[in-house]
Amino acid sequence: MGDYPSRSVNSTAGHLGVTPRHAQGAGSGVSPSAYEEPPIGGGGALPKKSRFSLETGFRGLSTAAGAMVLVIIVAIAVFLISKAIPAIQADSENFLTYNRWSPNEATPAFGIAVLALGTVLTSLIALVVAVPIALGIALFLTHYAPRRLATPLGFVIDLLAAVPSVVFGLWGRDLFQQPVRDFSVWLNHYFGWLPIFGGEGPFGQSLMLGGLVLAIMVLPIVTSLSREVFQQTPGMNEEAALALGATKWEMIRTAVLPYGKPGVIAAVMLGLGRALGETIALALTLGITWEISFNLIQTGGNSIAANIANSFNEANDTGRGALIASGLVLFAITLIVNMTARAIIYRRREFRDSAA
Amino acid sequence: MAKRIEASNVSSYYGSFKAIDNVSMTVEPKTITALIGPSGCGKSTFLRSINRMHEVLPNARIEGRLTIDDQNIYDPDVDITAVRRMIGMVFQRPNPFPTMSIYENAVAGLKLNGVKKKSLLDDAAEKSLRSANLWDEVKDRLDRPGAGLSGGQQQRLCIARTIAVEPQVVLMDEPCSALDPISTLAIEDLMFKLKDRFTIIIVTHNMQQAARVSDKTGFFSIDKTGEPGRLIEYADTQKIFSNPSQKKTEDYITGRFG
Repeated sequence: MGDYPSRSVNSTAGHLGVTPRHAQGAGSGVSPSAYEEPPIGGGGALPKKSRFSLETGFRGLSTAAGAMVLVIIVAIAVFLISKAIPAIQADSENFLTYNRWSPNEATPAFGIAVLALGTVLTSLIALVVAVPIALGIALFLTHYAPRRLATPLGFVIDLLAAVPSVVFGLWGRDLFQQPVRDFSVWLNHYFGWLPIFGGEGPFGQSLMLGGLVLAIMVLPIVTSLSREVFQQTPGMNEEAALALGATKWEMIRTAVLPYGKPGVIAAVMLGLGRALGETIALALTLGITWEISFNLIQTGGNSIAANIANSFNEANDTGRGALIASGLVLFAITLIVNMTARAIIYRRREFRDSAA
Repeated sequence: MAKRIEASNVSSYYGSFKAIDNVSMTVEPKTITALIGPSGCGKSTFLRSINRMHEVLPNARIEGRLTIDDQNIYDPDVDITAVRRMIGMVFQRPNPFPTMSIYENAVAGLKLNGVKKKSLLDDAAEKSLRSANLWDEVKDRLDRPGAGLSGGQQQRLCIARTIAVEPQVVLMDEPCSALDPISTLAIEDLMFKLKDRFTIIIVTHNMQQAARVSDKTGFFSIDKTGEPGRLIEYADTQKIFSNPSQKKTEDYITGRFG
């Protein structure tokens, strides 16, 4: 009942909504039809094409939006490079290999090696742990779970993505550290002969802890993107596999995983992007040392982003430049990773294109 | 290499919805049987019940008895994947695996069943592609994507994929409805050839096709939407199309179906 007023408003709007172009098209209003207004199809002469319209306006807007991406990325690159170069020039040690960070001294000496290594190692741990679990969850949600369960579970996983990273960091430092320490001791006891699990301790605030916290943060991204991808597998291909006598897992291996592979790689890359750039969670969980070490379980480790967060406050001009230079390295790492992923995706593009 | 399919009093359900009611028919080895009827009459459901593909949908089940050479297809102890290997299926729309090459598509079923030896796979690929009348067209580009072929070629690739695992029975669910007349003819020629080795059951909307290719024809119909489909008449194709015993069949094949 309450609809009536709004309906009449709408009908008025519709009446007035006949665009000037159509009105123009009716010529002098001589219409062959019985309508008072000319029909939408036009009654009189062909109307002129309007020079400016919503159409051109929208095209301009979307072109501008597209161009903005390029502008932003170039602006960032220019900013990073222009700030980084003077600092690197002032560096008294090799920027790539030196393993200390003292850019604020009279003779600045700093190197990216420890930071880059820590960034890469924590991200690798995160991916190695998170990707199999994420794919398992995604497959469970799309192909095994009953719909009643899949929808809320998917929602919970998306919720995980909404938890701020500082919360993960605090949780990792205060609660998760103890189980990881116990696990590290166990690893050290049985696998101590492997250099990555060796050492005398102390264990705890290690690359392992940082990497595992990152894994939890990466999990929801990889899961929800993979789920989307797996859902898009054509049903007829799944049926084809089943009709050949495939079990469910064989069907997934034959039809779902190959079809979803490029999408899964893209999902992993987005996850890796998050892991590489993660700042505060690592600043809270890593032990912050300056040794170049592949040991995953001893207290220590550092990362580019965490170091920026930790050192920015007390940095002088050269110090800031040095930090920005480290940011540039992070930028480069991300770029390389992304381009590699693109290359993998495009290699078999022919197969995907013909599939459409 | 070909087995008899026997359905007695088969009713198929999706949950509480009864899709077909009380269908009984016997399909002899090395024959082509066509199932015709209006849309929604349950002929596809019946076809998919034969290799248990209708169970892809949740809560699908049947009542009655379906046997292949006297073995109960729905025996609780029977492995469903074995049923589907024995009773292959070709679908309405060509569905080669988009990520696989022509060769990989042809041997996909063998690989699923654990065949790994390259020479065996090569032989099977050539044999099945030859059987599907596709070999000469694709032998120089076996590593190209299967989905890059034309629609008719794709469908023959799917037939090659199906027969590569040497099933006993081949089910075809409107295999030509997405194809042009020339490709359709190619598939029909192929069916004649495959008849020597397989029992073939085909669902088709095209009555000329049923008349051309099949030995026996089953006519399905429904009284109205929501009612289960029934097998109205099942007889030699020639009899169905020249002298059907049921009024409904006659109305349908003469186009007076209401």
